[in-house]
Amino acid sequence: MRKVLLPSLVIIAGSLLLIRIFFLQIIDDSFKLKSENNAIKIKYDYPERGYVYDRNGKLLIANQPSYDIMVVPREVKNLDTLEFCQLLDIDKAFFLKKMEKARVYSPMLPSVFLPQLNKLEYAAFQEKIRKFNGFYIQKRSIRDYQVSYGANVFGFIAQVNEAIVAKNPYYKPGDLIGKQGIEQSYEEILRGQKGVKHILRDKFNREIGSYKDGKYDTIAQQGKDITLTIDGDLQQYGEELMVNKWGGIVAIEPKTGEILALVTSPNYDPALLVGRQRSKNYSLLYRDSIAKPLYDRGLLAQYTPGSPFKILTGLVALQEGVISDSTRFVCNHGFSYARGRFMRCHCSGGSIQLHRAIYESCNTFFSSSYIKIINKYNDHGYAVDLWAKHLKSFGLGDFMGYDLPIGVRGNIPTSKIYNRTYAGWKWDGKTIVSNAIGQGEVLMSPIQLANFMATIANRGYYYTPHIIKKIKNQPIDPKYRQKHTTTIDRKYFDPIIEGMHAVYGPAGTASGLGVEGIEICGKTGTAENFMVINGKRTKLQDHSIFVAFAPKDNPKIAIAVFVENGYWGKRWAGPIATLMIERYLKGKITRTDFEKRMLQGSLQDQYNKRYPQKHQDSLGILNARVKDSIAREKGKIDSLATKKPVEVKKDTVKKKTP
Amino acid sequence: MRNQSVSSNIDWISIVIYITLVILGWLNIYSSSLSGAPEDASIFDFSQIYGKQFLFILFSIPIIFTILAIEAKFYEKYSIIIFAVSLLSLAGLFVFGKTIAGQRCWYGIGSFTLQPSEFAKAATALALAKYLSDVQVNLREMNRQIQALFIVFLPVMLILPQPDPGSALIYFVFFFVLYREGLPGWYLVTGFIAILLFILTLATNNPYIVIGLTALTLVVNHYRSRLVDRNIFASILMFLMISVFTFSVNFVFNNVFKQHHRDRFNILLGKEVDMKGVGYNTNQSEIAIGSGGWFGKGYLEGTQTKGGFVPEQHTDYIFTTVGEEWGFLGSLFVIGLFVGLILRIIYLAERQKTKFSRVYGYCVAGILFIHFFVNIAMVIGVFPTIGVPLPFFSYGGSGLWGFTILLFIFLKMDANKVNEW
Repeated sequence: MRKVLLPSLVIIAGSLLLIRIFFLQIIDDSFKLKSENNAIKIKYDYPERGYVYDRNGKLLIANQPSYDIMVVPREVKNLDTLEFCQLLDIDKAFFLKKMEKARVYSPMLPSVFLPQLNKLEYAAFQEKIRKFNGFYIQKRSIRDYQVSYGANVFGFIAQVNEAIVAKNPYYKPGDLIGKQGIEQSYEEILRGQKGVKHILRDKFNREIGSYKDGKYDTIAQQGKDITLTIDGDLQQYGEELMVNKWGGIVAIEPKTGEILALVTSPNYDPALLVGRQRSKNYSLLYRDSIAKPLYDRGLLAQYTPGSPFKILTGLVALQEGVISDSTRFVCNHGFSYARGRFMRCHCSGGSIQLHRAIYESCNTFFSSSYIKIINKYNDHGYAVDLWAKHLKSFGLGDFMGYDLPIGVRGNIPTSKIYNRTYAGWKWDGKTIVSNAIGQGEVLMSPIQLANFMATIANRGYYYTPHIIKKIKNQPIDPKYRQKHTTTIDRKYFDPIIEGMHAVYGPAGTASGLGVEGIEICGKTGTAENFMVINGKRTKLQDHSIFVAFAPKDNPKIAIAVFVENGYWGKRWAGPIATLMIERYLKGKITRTDFEKRMLQGSLQDQYNKRYPQKHQDSLGILNARVKDSIAREKGKIDSLATKKPVEVKKDTVKKKTP
Repeated sequence: MRNQSVSSNIDWISIVIYITLVILGWLNIYSSSLSGAPEDASIFDFSQIYGKQFLFILFSIPIIFTILAIEAKFYEKYSIIIFAVSLLSLAGLFVFGKTIAGQRCWYGIGSFTLQPSEFAKAATALALAKYLSDVQVNLREMNRQIQALFIVFLPVMLILPQPDPGSALIYFVFFFVLYREGLPGWYLVTGFIAILLFILTLATNNPYIVIGLTALTLVVNHYRSRLVDRNIFASILMFLMISVFTFSVNFVFNNVFKQHHRDRFNILLGKEVDMKGVGYNTNQSEIAIGSGGWFGKGYLEGTQTKGGFVPEQHTDYIFTTVGEEWGFLGSLFVIGLFVGLILRIIYLAERQKTKFSRVYGYCVAGILFIHFFVNIAMVIGVFPTIGVPLPFFSYGGSGLWGFTILLFIFLKMDANKVNEW
């Protein structure tokens, strides 16, 4: 017994130590993390974001350096708060709030104290930074917009939120990320790869060398420049035309599917979302639930397409063989499709053929054709699905697959819907005849309208619309080079196109809009719309729609214009589409007569009707407020940099005044 | 030739383990005291800690050969003189000692310091062995017990006021040696109960709870055990003693102990969570070891080690480097070496022909054991922070030479056992 005690104790003690060490090293993970936080400091080197050019090589977006003041709360010592606040033009409450926020995040890790200082503020701060322990400057690159249009196309850059940081380990708090538009779609290409340096620290937080000789360090990779399919000049012109009108314009090059212009109105100057004022401005834009300047009407708005849809009805009817280009229907200024149900028609009436039906936009003709399509088969459901299949081959009723992050499906109804809606009823073509003229369940976004116009221009095929033309040293997605052919035979397009050409003719719905030297094919549209105002379903002024492509042979541009509450197609959308086409094809405007009317005209009265009690023009307020400060700041910096007299750049002043 | 007989009879297993530990210790001291890139530093830079340790290691070689060259009988014959010299050197500290960080434990010769308490252990072991090897000594006799304990506590009396509680603590290991040689078991049992009561009193921070528990145990014991002589007076006496002990622990802890002593216990008992202040050492050493994982971060790659987050890492906390850079497997290896060496020494001690060398061997095993256990237990946070080095590992000339002398005197005796007829 006496001999065994000490050896047993040695063995037991050794085992106990090992068990405890096993627990520390293998079971409990928390020490590993603490050790990394303790000893390794990570430094980032942010590359410059790629530049963005338009299709003609014009620089749209460049970069400017921006300086974030970062803070490591634990290291803040002996701070002269008063001097610090005065230097940065902040008050003490703001200072305390920011410090508290940083401390809550982590006392040891850097947080952004004040983001996006401009050069002037940076210079002043840099001079005194040695006085402020715990603060340092993180240089980043932010956008410098060379143009004042295209905000909806570009999107913007913002600090990542916690959700992104949690989801994607690349992003750390304070990092910038592209949101919306091409900044979001091509985020990874534009941003490049930030460089990472692991630096070993000692207990005094002094840097004592690189961790593992830089084994885990990476070098920053520059973001790639991209070229957009947008024509900067056309985009700008479109936005100018849409001032004080709400709606969207989408122009596509039919041969390639390249988006030439993507206009939404109301819009804002992209420069509003840069710099220290970004979040303030953004929330103002975001909260404007009436004008919705952040809402891209070209991509997100779904409207009943109205008369342009008749073109598709005609094509399907031809393809299904229920009419030919010589088929006649008699129009008595309207169409009776059920007892007591009469659809009025604005055409000149009489015995009418396809050609005149298009350029006069005859409701009767296309309603009759549609009923024939649906009633061709005894199984009307089958016929509806066949019709829907034809439409879907135009890319309708679904997301189009373009390279912008937002979109809508639109709607092409199928038999399922009608079988459910009319369960227990016998329904046929007459029941759903409003589809014939684009007023039924069919919904399309402006970009879908434009794409279907491009398909007509191509006589039966289209390329998926896209906004990327070139990426430096990298091919673009091959899906944009893939041809999509419709289920309509090529031969049926010619009579339709002839009809659309005649729309611009003397008796057409767009007579008088023609441009000398350009053969334009178009189609007017007028869509009824309703809204609940004060609890009552109220009919609002009709939407004005116009689709067109030109030239008739070898088309170069297909366009869809949608102006909310613009009375009828020819009044607003028609001239705007025509001007856009002329501007793109000729580079100058000969129809100055209605150019002036379009540029100066306003539909604000109509929009005010929608929100009679609470309407206020937030965008107007914003622009008025911001134009001063931007002008002041830019002037200050310019004069500092170039010693030139203070001058307010014209494009910082946004076009819109209420 | 005498040397030949030493080399053929000496225990090579112990020597191999000894060399391995010393070299591993030096490698870890190198890692822990290196700042900056390894290329910039020469291993033999004698202005650096690792360079000095290399010198200490070099100098232990002549020490070893001297010890082995001396006749084994010498140690027995002169043990009392060695002990007396050692005590004198301890006492001399009060006059000539050099004070470092509040402790008067060193003799300073220029920049060089010597810590006599590191050598006193071996001297005490020799003296105790000499005393017990006397055939007339029977530890069952009370006055013999007192004499033996006097030998042990004489150096403690000189070490405690330096103050060096860590070194003083070591001497309690001689109780195991005395027990092996016949000291009654109740010494150990009493010691164990005292430690238990101590911890309980501090943990509950209420002496009445402990006393209540004791009373309950005694009452239950009184009625349940019919085999043991039921002496009601013995039970009452025991109860009174425990009560007095408990109260005095409470009193001493709250009134005699300094705040930093209280803090050290409180951290262990989980009462203190101030990891920036008094808990810093333990917290940082746990982080360093805990971040090692299975295989460690690799030699010279320990982030905590390089950052110097663990205080006193090259001395008392040297094991954190092992834990961080070599991981669990490295820790297992080092602990395995220590356990192996101690068990080997116990085995060698038991086969000694003379009582003197057996007791001495037992002392060596016990001293190594208590250092090894207390040091690593402290580093991994299960023992209060107390200055006890890891034998052969920790930086320091006195420590290395003290342990070397301690071990090799025994190895010399062991190698000589064939002549002991």
